[in-house]
Amino acid sequence: MSADTSPAIELRGASKIFRTPSGGLHTAVRGLDLTIGRGEFVAVVGPTGCGKSTTLTLVSGLEEPTEGDVLVAGEPVTGVGEKVGFVFQQDATFPWRTVLSNVMAGPRFRGVPKAEARQKAREWLARVGLAAFEDRYPHQLSGGQRKRVALAATFVNDPEILLMDEPFSALDVQTRALMSDELLELWEGTGASVVFVTHDLEESIALADKVVVMTAGPATVKQVFDIDLPRPRKVESVRLEPRFIEIYREIWESLGEEVRITRERGAAHVA
Amino acid sequence: MSHDVLSTPVVDTGKTTDRTQSRARAARRRKAVVMAGRALLLVAVLGLWEWFSRAKIIDPFNFSMPSKIWDQIYTWVTHGTALGSLGEQVWYTLYEALLGWVIGVVAGVVLGIALGRVAFLADVLGPYIKVLNSIPRIVLAPIFVIWFGLGPASKVASAVVLVFFPVFFNAFQGAREVDRNLVANARILGASDRRVTLQVVIPSATSWIFTSLHVSFGFALIGAIVGEYIGATKGIGLLVAQSQGTFNSAGVYAAMVILAVVALVAEGLLTFAERRIFRWKPADSDD
Repeated sequence: MSADTSPAIELRGASKIFRTPSGGLHTAVRGLDLTIGRGEFVAVVGPTGCGKSTTLTLVSGLEEPTEGDVLVAGEPVTGVGEKVGFVFQQDATFPWRTVLSNVMAGPRFRGVPKAEARQKAREWLARVGLAAFEDRYPHQLSGGQRKRVALAATFVNDPEILLMDEPFSALDVQTRALMSDELLELWEGTGASVVFVTHDLEESIALADKVVVMTAGPATVKQVFDIDLPRPRKVESVRLEPRFIEIYREIWESLGEEVRITRERGAAHVA
Repeated sequence: MSHDVLSTPVVDTGKTTDRTQSRARAARRRKAVVMAGRALLLVAVLGLWEWFSRAKIIDPFNFSMPSKIWDQIYTWVTHGTALGSLGEQVWYTLYEALLGWVIGVVAGVVLGIALGRVAFLADVLGPYIKVLNSIPRIVLAPIFVIWFGLGPASKVASAVVLVFFPVFFNAFQGAREVDRNLVANARILGASDRRVTLQVVIPSATSWIFTSLHVSFGFALIGAIVGEYIGATKGIGLLVAQSQGTFNSAGVYAAMVILAVVALVAEGLLTFAERRIFRWKPADSDD
């Protein structure tokens, strides 16, 4: 199989079992099959705590699958790959580095000379609209600005695969819509494949080419939906289109059931 | 009606500026009262001590009195001590404490970070470090005098063992409690293990380490003083021991005063360094 024609990401029967602190075993992901084509924007939705994030850590190489295979560009994943970018749910900017230094971190870690790294970092800071903030420390920025720093720090490495773990969930609603639009703009220039994990169905439909619905934990793929809304999209306006609402209803029928199962399980735990 | 509507905000703003001013005045007044209270307390304690001692309510031979202590310090400063000039004694003690502190801090930080990062090391060495920590380390001071003699080496050694453990445990804890997201992010961005340690673990452990530096400088002084007290040729600890030997209680207190001043100055320098290093942190509300 040639590396050029292989899909960007392939999970074949991947499972991940964690040992809990109390000594028990927790299956986060079981028998997961998922293929993501090159340049595709795939959103993964599922009930809270079902193992969506674990899927991302498997693809990133931060964790190894207990069973099954994870392939990136046709090659099995062994450790953190060069081509991968990851935007985390929580703030992961380095608080002791300035904004510019944060964005330079990736290229510097990868051995790019300082002057070149600085120039690349400045370009991306300008693209996310933070050129005037390069000397600030993260604590001096708003939540949305810090997220922009995280985006710039990720994109500056030219990732072929972009993993995003509920990146905007900590932001307020207006900032979130704005950031989603910015993400689409940044992404459209790169041709990277994106896996975007979220529990917000609206967000997933507005952003993605494909929405993957996961089952209640242990996570496995329940159904995949193609989103045929035309690009370029604006998050705020696309969700008012009749086709959007139609798709939403269709997917919710599938997702809602899993959410209900999770909720009932939670209630059983409490009882 | 319209008159009312117009006049209300004007009155309001007048009131707020009034209030801000009166609040600022109250804050200033409170500060002044606190300072006055402190000064008064000091004068009262010293005054009572002096008075009790002169009136022989307490034994002036054992408890001395502030004026005698002041005279003693004055004599030491102007005429030098029985061991040589006062500056030399202070410098000697400070030199031993500083050297012991630096060695203890470096060893503590290096080992703490190493054990915090390498689980295997922590598992193997963990119990032994606990055992060593449970020894009352000040009793090692006489042993060090036997091993290393009356020179500065024995004092440095006792300062090192006192300083090492608090620094070690803080560095270890700091390395353990690094935000996992930051480590994961650094690895994704392409950092090697060495870079993660140097550029993520150490910076985020510094606030833990600095907490221990404040305490441990005090420990370094204690180590040096106790070492000198047990056996030395120079230093403030020896000054205490000699004053005690000649029943000069004023001398013991005077040495204590000098030590307190040295410790306070060192603490001030440390705080200054900390402010410079932690510029990236949000300012404390009291600044």
